[in-house]
Amino acid sequence: MQRYSGFGLLKNSVQHHENWQRAWRNPTPKKHYDVIVVGGGGHGLATAYYLAKEHGVTNVAVLEKGYLGGGNTGRNTTIVRSNYLWDEAALLYEHAMKLWEGLSQDLNYNVMFSQRGVLNLGHTLQDMRDIQRRVNANRLNGIDSEVLDTQGVQKIVPFMDCTANARYPVLGASWQPRAGVARHDAVAWGYARAADALGVDLIQQTEVVDMLMENGTIVGVKTDRYGEIRANRVGCVVAGNSSVLAKMAGFELPLESHPLQALVSEPIKPILDTVVMSNHVHGYVSQSDKGDLVIGAGIDAYTGYGQRGSFPTIEHTLQAIIELFPIFSRVRMNRQWGGIVDTCPDACPIISETPVQNLYFNCGWGTGGFKATTGSGHVFAASLAKGEMHPLAKPFSMFRFHTGALVDEHGAAGVAH
Amino acid sequence: MLSIYCPHCAEHRDEEEFHYKGQAHIARPVDPDNCTDEEWGNYMYFRANPRGIHHEVWVHALGCRKFFNVTRDTRSYQIFESYPIGTSPAVTGEQGGQPS
Repeated sequence: MQRYSGFGLLKNSVQHHENWQRAWRNPTPKKHYDVIVVGGGGHGLATAYYLAKEHGVTNVAVLEKGYLGGGNTGRNTTIVRSNYLWDEAALLYEHAMKLWEGLSQDLNYNVMFSQRGVLNLGHTLQDMRDIQRRVNANRLNGIDSEVLDTQGVQKIVPFMDCTANARYPVLGASWQPRAGVARHDAVAWGYARAADALGVDLIQQTEVVDMLMENGTIVGVKTDRYGEIRANRVGCVVAGNSSVLAKMAGFELPLESHPLQALVSEPIKPILDTVVMSNHVHGYVSQSDKGDLVIGAGIDAYTGYGQRGSFPTIEHTLQAIIELFPIFSRVRMNRQWGGIVDTCPDACPIISETPVQNLYFNCGWGTGGFKATTGSGHVFAASLAKGEMHPLAKPFSMFRFHTGALVDEHGAAGVAH
Repeated sequence: MLSIYCPHCAEHRDEEEFHYKGQAHIARPVDPDNCTDEEWGNYMYFRANPRGIHHEVWVHALGCRKFFNVTRDTRSYQIFESYPIGTSPAVTGEQGGQPS
């Protein structure tokens, strides 16, 4: 792999940038792999990378039906934070956060991770009580988190409407200074390039159409382009299409796939240097390095696989943003899109063994998977390498929906992602 | 914007008037006290989530406030029918989720 550096940039600029090496190969798959990762999004690529780097398992293929990072990795609003309420979730997301902090160096690829802080606003007394509870829980888990009052919020974002006569007055917020945003495409590309350099085969435009089973054990997958590819272990990291793959393997997952929409404005001059989220008015906004406001909110209520949603959801989102930022009322929106998110009943992921031997699933990240890309890949790789779930992944077993040991982030923290 | 036919009002109305209430035709276990964990978990949390034909409950929240079922394609979002609770759908998903 050609290392990226300031010197390299200088050298290639003299050659008019015509001699850069391709970031990754485009190989034809072998007949057999130690591990097949189905799904070439951020989580899948991270899994492959950590398998090769941390566990020395380099005979790995990533099968992607579209192009790398073309699903939700390329569609999300790039927010990274770890201030979750319950220990299980907080430890997992904080594990991811620590990996984010060294990621650009680790991958030799600038993922533009910017720790600009995230505000979670509170608009009612109950919001503030929940925020205090969550902040206390965070601090006990060693996660940086503070409670801010209205003045504290106003100081960070002076142009936000924090007046008492707003329809939903801002009473305060939780503030995680280490949280922030990262360049989503770069995360996928960085992991892909680094994994490829370690010998992982990235197979694009190849859809898994069936699972090959022998006596309740998975022995490989059948693809549309290359037929059968065998493997000792298979890990599925396919987000919105997890239910479809689980069905091929003969079991069900407690997931529902919903459209999640986001939108960006025309580029404007730098105005917002942090991330503002509000569960109560239901919207979140940050500003990208290019200058566009990146805006998102909740899922469309109905299930769907169409990678688009309904207009009322967008309207609702923008109402929330304008409520907080009247100054944005005449900013024009540039693009709007939808992704398919696989939501779990308890708003926590599934990182799990399955009823099928040697088949593992990493899914159910719902609306908040991007922030966990690093940690998710890291613990899933460890689980795939050893054939035993990583301690941080254990609470997220798919069997918790039968035992009742849910990690109920949804009800307790009301997390917007 | 979905245009949904409410069988109670006998009118097509915009999606904004309705709330989605999830998968239709879920039977509550007859004897909940004697369910296994698996049966109860399946009833509580496991939904069909097909890529294709889906039967689902909607409520006309800003209209007659009554519930009814809808058959919809989760890929194209096309709505095939609305039918009252307690009746069977005319359009059902075959293998691969194609309407039959």
